[in-house]
Amino acid sequence: MKCARLSLFFFASISLFSQVSYERLLRAPQEPQNWLTYSGSYLSQRYSLLDQITPANVTQLDLSWIFQAQSLEKFEATPLVVDGIMYLTQPPNDIVALDAKTGRLFWVYQYHASSGARLCCGLVNRGLAILGNTLYMGTIDAHLVAIDAKNGHVLWNTEVADCTLGYAITHAPLVVKDKIVVGTAGGEYGIRSFLAAYDASSGKQVWRFDAVPAPGMPGHETWQGDSWEHGGGSFWVTGSYDPTTNLTYWGTGNPGPDWNPDQRPGDNLYTDSAIAVDADTGQLKWFFQFTPHDGSDWDSTQVPVLADLDWNGARRKVMLWANRNGLFYVLDRESGRFLSGRPFVNQNWNSGLDANGRPILIPATEGARVNPGNQGGTNWYSPSYSPRTGLFYVTAWLDTFATYLRTSGKYEPGRRFMGGSFKSPLPPIRRGPINTWTEEGGHGGILALDPHTGKTQWEFKTHDVSDSGILTTASDLLFTGGREGYFYALDARTGALLWKFTVGGTGAANPMTYRIDGKQYIAIAAGHCLFAFALRDQP
Amino acid sequence: MSTALGLALIMLGVAGQPPGQTHSDSTLTTEAGARLYFAYCSACHGAEGNTIPGVDFRTGKFRRASSDDDLTMIVQRGIPGTAMPPNSFGNSELRAVVGYIRSLQGSHLEALRGDARRGQMIFEGRGGCLNCHRVNGKGAYAATDLSDIGIIRSIDYLQRSLVDPAVSDLPEHRRIRAVTRDGVAVAGRHLNEDTFTVQLIDSKGNLISLLKSELKAYEVVKGSTMPSYRDRLSPGELEDLVRYVYSLKGSASK
Repeated sequence: MKCARLSLFFFASISLFSQVSYERLLRAPQEPQNWLTYSGSYLSQRYSLLDQITPANVTQLDLSWIFQAQSLEKFEATPLVVDGIMYLTQPPNDIVALDAKTGRLFWVYQYHASSGARLCCGLVNRGLAILGNTLYMGTIDAHLVAIDAKNGHVLWNTEVADCTLGYAITHAPLVVKDKIVVGTAGGEYGIRSFLAAYDASSGKQVWRFDAVPAPGMPGHETWQGDSWEHGGGSFWVTGSYDPTTNLTYWGTGNPGPDWNPDQRPGDNLYTDSAIAVDADTGQLKWFFQFTPHDGSDWDSTQVPVLADLDWNGARRKVMLWANRNGLFYVLDRESGRFLSGRPFVNQNWNSGLDANGRPILIPATEGARVNPGNQGGTNWYSPSYSPRTGLFYVTAWLDTFATYLRTSGKYEPGRRFMGGSFKSPLPPIRRGPINTWTEEGGHGGILALDPHTGKTQWEFKTHDVSDSGILTTASDLLFTGGREGYFYALDARTGALLWKFTVGGTGAANPMTYRIDGKQYIAIAAGHCLFAFALRDQP
Repeated sequence: MSTALGLALIMLGVAGQPPGQTHSDSTLTTEAGARLYFAYCSACHGAEGNTIPGVDFRTGKFRRASSDDDLTMIVQRGIPGTAMPPNSFGNSELRAVVGYIRSLQGSHLEALRGDARRGQMIFEGRGGCLNCHRVNGKGAYAATDLSDIGIIRSIDYLQRSLVDPAVSDLPEHRRIRAVTRDGVAVAGRHLNEDTFTVQLIDSKGNLISLLKSELKAYEVVKGSTMPSYRDRLSPGELEDLVRYVYSLKGSASK
């Protein structure tokens, strides 16, 4: 009895005083028992120092608990774990607080989005941010809400943009110092997207960066006429931050309309780009455009992975980026300078990159097959970088293709603004449990890329493609899921399959890991559930 | 005639209009509907309306709709719990887009000659179709069950697949040939597959699930085993057969 009281007191103490300061966020990799940001740290490597689960014992992984979402929407969220408490979005915008050890609920916050919200591809949310004892969530109706992490009560609710025009927020916010950074999705609705920072305590906007520059701004010359007004450049995956440069890095989405580039002559900055903005002011420090004048909908909304590498004899702060356009890039994240770029999937749209990383296009007629397909070589799901193996891991769609039809897209507020359509044997969203996939449409694979050469060190080939991200750990394990309804572990050094579990539903989310009472857990959303695994207790 | 109306009857085509169905306002141009369709619908449904498994506008058949009013309601309100979103079209736009969706289907039942009763006799008799296919509880499991094929497939597709088996060479109709580590040969129709396993049904109706890691050999056989009836049946008999097959509407028609 005394023991029980003691442990209750201890637990309550932890809960009362567990404030997630900015300093803790900076040092997130050093407290691997927690998962404090969407990608695990500001570096966004989705790599954890936890090493209790190893290649030798991973076959002893067992299901610890399941959380069943009260929602049939696609479950794309990565949970946060703070000192034993898991915070998770239940699609689209409910928040649940769970005991991360048992999966039991503490509270549920229900958000009622405006009926005016419109999203291209499902009512989704990818996660939360935390600062102090406050959770932050972007919503499908383009609001940013602050929630008391102790009881799920709203502290403030700020409208970021007008959802009836197609603006939405689907990614987890990024906390930098005392600001909450979010950007707007809606690239299929002719929005003109922006990234903005909000004061963490008041919800008031502090700065705003427009992804499509207005007249008079640098970059505006890459648009003609009024095409910039509906130029897209959306944000729908969480960016990264480097305190040494004080830059926050984000990827931008496709230009609008998606498939008719004739309507918007020019490079269409800053769409399909990596951008680096000053975290205090929102001023653009540099940009790198992966796909100028894109007509394939190849959003550059991938997670910017930051690493420090020995590069040609010198230590260099780099950014690693496997892009939807099918090329893997290494950029200098201090200057934005292009360091290298190489295809990681079969592609037929460029014959190489020039010295500045600009693609040299291969002329193609309308309706011709383009590799990779519309969904690209990869997409929004997180890659991982392991400092131990020095390899970059990415979920790839291999040997895919699409053909495109251009039509004149007329902008009408709140309506889709696509400018055509595409054909591909790949269903963009898996429906139903039956998979009659064939090789003709391409296949999936987990690739391990050497950042120095861009070459594939190993490939774990999968029958179907996957929308699941990747987690690596300090024991050289790689975890991922996918459309086939498995969650599995590979040897991060060799790609050998070590363990798999049937979760049954499509995995369109990223795995994460945490530790409670000395036990390491791995969690992943799939279907309409979140699954937590840990090593079986020894008898 | 022992061979069967082999594997598969599915995909492409232009379809018949069920009798009694209301039609869209013909005063609106197809172009207006096409413009809306390509702006709002084709990203998911594809240029031809067939990229979502189980939803094929070309058949003119819809699981949740039969009339234009039903279609209008779905376009307007979406389908909760699915990726089909609501749309804020005006009335004329709704008519145009529904009209365009309707236009994706082609030939009409009225244009189909033939006699369903005679077609059934061919199907169950010298056509040998039941040697592979199954209809309303009769026949074999080697090929697809055709009990509701008239809902799923268009007239045009059915016509073409009878004379050109390549039309029905679809992934879901392919055969699997496998040999287990113990040397047991397994064959059947491909039902489902992933990286690690494959599921099939053999000609006797046994549902079989195999672990790929336990197989010595494994092959997805490309090409249809459906024979061509171009030279086996007269044009009139083919029309009878199509008329019968198209009349198969599953339990909804009983």
